[in-house]
Amino acid sequence: MSPEESTQSVSRSEPGRRPFVMPDAGQRARLRRKRNLVDRFYKYLIGAGGISVIVALLLIFVFLFIEVLPMLRPATIERGSEYDAPGVDRAAVEVAADAPGTFHIASERYLDVAARFSNDGQVVFFDPRDGSLIARETLELPEGVQIVSSAIAEPRTRLVALGLSDGTAIVVRHEYEVTYPDNQRRVEPSLSFPLEREPVRIDEEGQPLEQLAIQEGTRGGIVLAAYTEDGRLLSVRYDAARQGLLATAVTFERTAVELPRPAERVRALLVSITLSDLLVGDFDGRLSYYNIRNFDNPVLQDTRQVVDDGATVSAMDYLLGTVSVIIGGSDGSVTQWMLVRDEATNERYLAKVRSFRGHDGPVVSIRPEYSRKGFVTASEDGTVGIHFSTSSRTLVHRKVSDVPLEYAILAPRANGLLVASSDDRIQFFEVTNDHPQVSMNALWGKVHYEGYAETQYRWESSSATDEFEPKFSVIPLTVGTLKAALFAMMFAIPIAILGAIYSAYFMTPKLRGVVKPCIEIMEALPTVILGFLAGLWLAPFVESHLPAVVLLAVLVPGSIILASLVWMALPRAVHQRIPDGWEVAILVPVVLAAGWFCVFVSPYVEVAYFNGDMRQWLTDQGIAYDQRNAMIVGMAMGFAVIPTIFSISEDAIFSVPRHLSQGSLALGATRWQTMVGVVLLTASPGLFSAVMIGFGRAVGETMIVVMASGNSPVVDWSLFQGLRTLSANIAVEMSETDRGGTHYRILFLTALLLFGLTFVVNTVAEVVRQRLRKKYSSL
Amino acid sequence: MIWLTGGAVAISLVLVVGVLALIAVRGLGHFWPAPLVHTVVQDRAGEVVIVLGEAQERETVARQVVADLGYEVGEDELLVPRHKFKLGNRDIYGNDFRWLVGAEGLMTEWEYPEDAVVLERTEWGDFYGFPTAIIEDGETVAGLDDDASLWREMQERIERAVDLRREIDRLERSEIGANSAAQERLRLRTRRMQRTEVPADDPAWAEIAREQAELEEAFAEIAARRIALVEQINRDVALMRLIDDREARVPFANIVRAWRPNQMTFGDKMGHYFESFRLFIFGYPREANTEGGIFPAIFGTVIMVILMSIIVTPVGVLAAIYLREYARQGPFVRFIRICVNNLAGVPSIVFGVFGVAFFVYFVGGNIDRMFFQDAMPSPTFGTPGLFWASLTLALLTLPVVIVSTEEGLTRIPRSIREGSLALGATKAETLWKVIVPMSAPAMMTGLILAVARAAGEVAPLMLVGVVKLAPNLPLDGNPPFLHLERQFMHLGFHIFDVGFQSPNVDAARPLVYATALVLVLIIVVLNLTAILIRNRLREKFKSDSD
Repeated sequence: MSPEESTQSVSRSEPGRRPFVMPDAGQRARLRRKRNLVDRFYKYLIGAGGISVIVALLLIFVFLFIEVLPMLRPATIERGSEYDAPGVDRAAVEVAADAPGTFHIASERYLDVAARFSNDGQVVFFDPRDGSLIARETLELPEGVQIVSSAIAEPRTRLVALGLSDGTAIVVRHEYEVTYPDNQRRVEPSLSFPLEREPVRIDEEGQPLEQLAIQEGTRGGIVLAAYTEDGRLLSVRYDAARQGLLATAVTFERTAVELPRPAERVRALLVSITLSDLLVGDFDGRLSYYNIRNFDNPVLQDTRQVVDDGATVSAMDYLLGTVSVIIGGSDGSVTQWMLVRDEATNERYLAKVRSFRGHDGPVVSIRPEYSRKGFVTASEDGTVGIHFSTSSRTLVHRKVSDVPLEYAILAPRANGLLVASSDDRIQFFEVTNDHPQVSMNALWGKVHYEGYAETQYRWESSSATDEFEPKFSVIPLTVGTLKAALFAMMFAIPIAILGAIYSAYFMTPKLRGVVKPCIEIMEALPTVILGFLAGLWLAPFVESHLPAVVLLAVLVPGSIILASLVWMALPRAVHQRIPDGWEVAILVPVVLAAGWFCVFVSPYVEVAYFNGDMRQWLTDQGIAYDQRNAMIVGMAMGFAVIPTIFSISEDAIFSVPRHLSQGSLALGATRWQTMVGVVLLTASPGLFSAVMIGFGRAVGETMIVVMASGNSPVVDWSLFQGLRTLSANIAVEMSETDRGGTHYRILFLTALLLFGLTFVVNTVAEVVRQRLRKKYSSL
Repeated sequence: MIWLTGGAVAISLVLVVGVLALIAVRGLGHFWPAPLVHTVVQDRAGEVVIVLGEAQERETVARQVVADLGYEVGEDELLVPRHKFKLGNRDIYGNDFRWLVGAEGLMTEWEYPEDAVVLERTEWGDFYGFPTAIIEDGETVAGLDDDASLWREMQERIERAVDLRREIDRLERSEIGANSAAQERLRLRTRRMQRTEVPADDPAWAEIAREQAELEEAFAEIAARRIALVEQINRDVALMRLIDDREARVPFANIVRAWRPNQMTFGDKMGHYFESFRLFIFGYPREANTEGGIFPAIFGTVIMVILMSIIVTPVGVLAAIYLREYARQGPFVRFIRICVNNLAGVPSIVFGVFGVAFFVYFVGGNIDRMFFQDAMPSPTFGTPGLFWASLTLALLTLPVVIVSTEEGLTRIPRSIREGSLALGATKAETLWKVIVPMSAPAMMTGLILAVARAAGEVAPLMLVGVVKLAPNLPLDGNPPFLHLERQFMHLGFHIFDVGFQSPNVDAARPLVYATALVLVLIIVVLNLTAILIRNRLREKFKSDSD
């Protein structure tokens, strides 16, 4: 209330103190100005109130979109610096120009220190951003022995092996100790030798190790596999054997095995971290799989052609978790293969998963990411590619050098790329590649996931292990959403619309005064209560009274029809006692009786027809039954949307102008004919919008689904199986995701999807309703 | 066909009433002291179960099913009953609920031993058994040979233990709470001084050190008092006999209440019933929320709803007035209407997600950066909390308020408006002096409906501030008294959490029904009020405009 108004009222209410006089012209003008000012102020304030609705809706959309947006940004690499490989003696390189200088580069997670392993036995630690030298170590090689091959274990083990020309190998680990003196990060690199400081013997015959592989098992143990110059395939396993409780020096048990001789010269070897698979790629373009789980008795399980005829396997490496392997060919092709279990024989075979955009020259290096299923390839034609397996994307493909490349590797956090070329130059790139998992296909299509024989839709967002491949197909959630909404509508539409017809047209006003509030209360019931009843009471009840549910669906409508027939048959005298519009009063006990009868008779039906347990019987018929299933969700959610549909369609029917129906009745149509032919026809857009709004509500309903559905994201339309909807998925997973991660953003995407879906549904419904209102007013 | 449509109404009525009745019966039944049944049951594989417990549920199963499970049931029976007993004594039996087949010959006649005692405990759930002696400081208390005196003595000592426990609780909640809050404030002050680089010889440092020492000293004193109390409460132990003649010791420190259900008269039971109900409403939860009361949840719900009302009412009313009184009816207003409807139709979980992105991370994060730098990196407002939950729900309930205010405005006859304007009042004066007072009941209705909606909404709250167990209420005696940034408990979420995420669902179930009953009662009462106001309003304007 504005101040001048209160003074006015004071002067009026207390005339005794001050005589009431008209204000003079100046005062009046001031007052008028003030009042106009106040008037205008409220106009704007209220206008702002009105606009706030639009602002709110817009804000929701914008902020959901902002969180989704980063996923759509493409990955980029940006050249940070280029420098001569640190620690390289230019003069020496001139002499031995033929051998590749760099065989391994690795960086620690902060990109403060990187290590370069070169073929003269040097390990140089340098700053990857500017190439300045930090430390240098030299591996001790026996006199007259050269390094002829090298191998790298799973990146996180930081284990490197060097094959020597005398049949031995050096196994070394590069380590980084991070300390924070004075709140400044300090990274101290060092080398350690997990086996022995001296080279360990692989080949008893002393042949040079032409190809080498090394792997450290997840539960300990180190396996080395080697291909010697004279064509033998060997493998050696070291298992830690502890001596006594306080043994400081760990000693190893060594087991050496010679595998069947490969048919073709071997180009590359790999061992999985389960230490049970040995993959061999050869110069003929084939990949062979040896099962070495039983280490003393290796078996060649499968051999496949993995690159086109005439080309050789030129590089290969496992992806994170060593389940699938990326093969690079001398023809520049990049393909992904993995071991798949044959259902019939229970044996594993090699299967092609997908191929990626290749290079024009031979692929020389393939290195995986540390914590995701991505990898980087480098080729002799000077191009590098960053790819991601699950989404089948090649995110970056770029020519970075005019000379052939030797090696490319991503930093542990996938934020940096180091590329070494054959002229002993190293380039460092800053990489932005936050959401490679997302592609249209990964979200909406069938994807061939690791460990599965075929492509499928799957939603598995998190798991206990780091090597897990997240599966972000939105299809199971969308199907679950639609399925739940559909079943809910099947339950709700008949009851709600029929009920609305009755209540709007046939019911006496007195009864209507009771029924409407009752339905409104139904609408107000919190869904968490419906969900909890559905999950904790209805689901077990239905499970133990399955026949009753089937019977109910038949018997309740049946009993209503029966009651009406009986009613018709009754003499007129009885009819007159109960006026039109009170049929419900008779029907309530009928429905109750039918319901009670169904539950009562249920165990007897089970004994008589289903061996005493209908659920078991269903399972025997091959129908899986979950306690919390789509039917329960349909019933509970149906219950929740009945009042929505009921009240909107009741409004629509009730507001059909009376003169229409009265005209029809006057022309001799029966009440029901009038209803179907005139009233429903006129109100049908209203009914449509009621159903749409009900559907919108069912799509977005969360708590009922969370509590009553079992939350299993499966793609199937069975009535008796669980489901997971978009909304329930958000509720369940939002709290356990990292802010800004891909999972987080995909959850926002699903929220945006829900928003969009309900927006369309509600807008259509509202437009239809507004049209209808106009039509009625013109009638 | 007309009958079929009538049937649909009948079905919906039966459903609504059925659901309400189910909740009411289950929820209210929970507090009634159930008699303790004693029976001996032959279980599978020759195991004999001696039962002393509450018979909770009964179902009939086909004989075949039971026989397949390995029970030796008679051939001539078609259906056999199965009973669910609450056996209590979770610390001894490991499992406090058990389904037992009650077929002929497997279960003996039920008896109700007069002197069987129920001990409600602070941990391990209820205890069922027979008291034999009381041990004080390791010595058996003499002179308690007959049941009556032993029972009397027990009751007295329970009362003493309860009083002591209340004292300990008070100490922990208020005094220790206030102390640590003061310490936290001190820490933040230190951080601020470090950040602003106050020189080391500034007297403020000495001040802080002195206050720190004082607080620590006060804390030590409180801790010593607490230890003394704990020693006192641990003095007495009840020696109990189980139904299978094993012995058990129950410290009085754990006993909340003791009663002998099989001896209680109807009056006693009524008294017990109301006492239980009181403890439920005003008590704090125990044992991962499966026992005890729901006071923090009720309190959290109320506070959140009040905050929400303060936010939503002005905005909603202004928007409605704009739509009805100020805006020219046209495409723009139609567009706003569509927006209102969409806002009402957007799934509640989407509001939650939006609340996380906008309120918590964007607004909250910026508030933290601007005003709470000392507490960084631990967020103050940049984390889910009471205020964000209220804001999110205000957004969610905005359309409810708009729609019902608008309806109220529509019902005001045109003549009244025109009369006011004709007398020379400006539009704003007409609005605030004539229209708003007249439509106040409609706004009230809208607000009540909004409150009812907010009280029952759970999904968005799960994301923006509700927790299963909040250590502190959002309103307490430490400045600034109302802690907008705190996380809180909520009735609806409590139902979800206890019903679906608790380790012992069987034990928690009655509590869930009771909580649901409380929530339903609140909401039904609110809605009925709203409906009543609305009906009265309609009547009033009908007679006004005539």
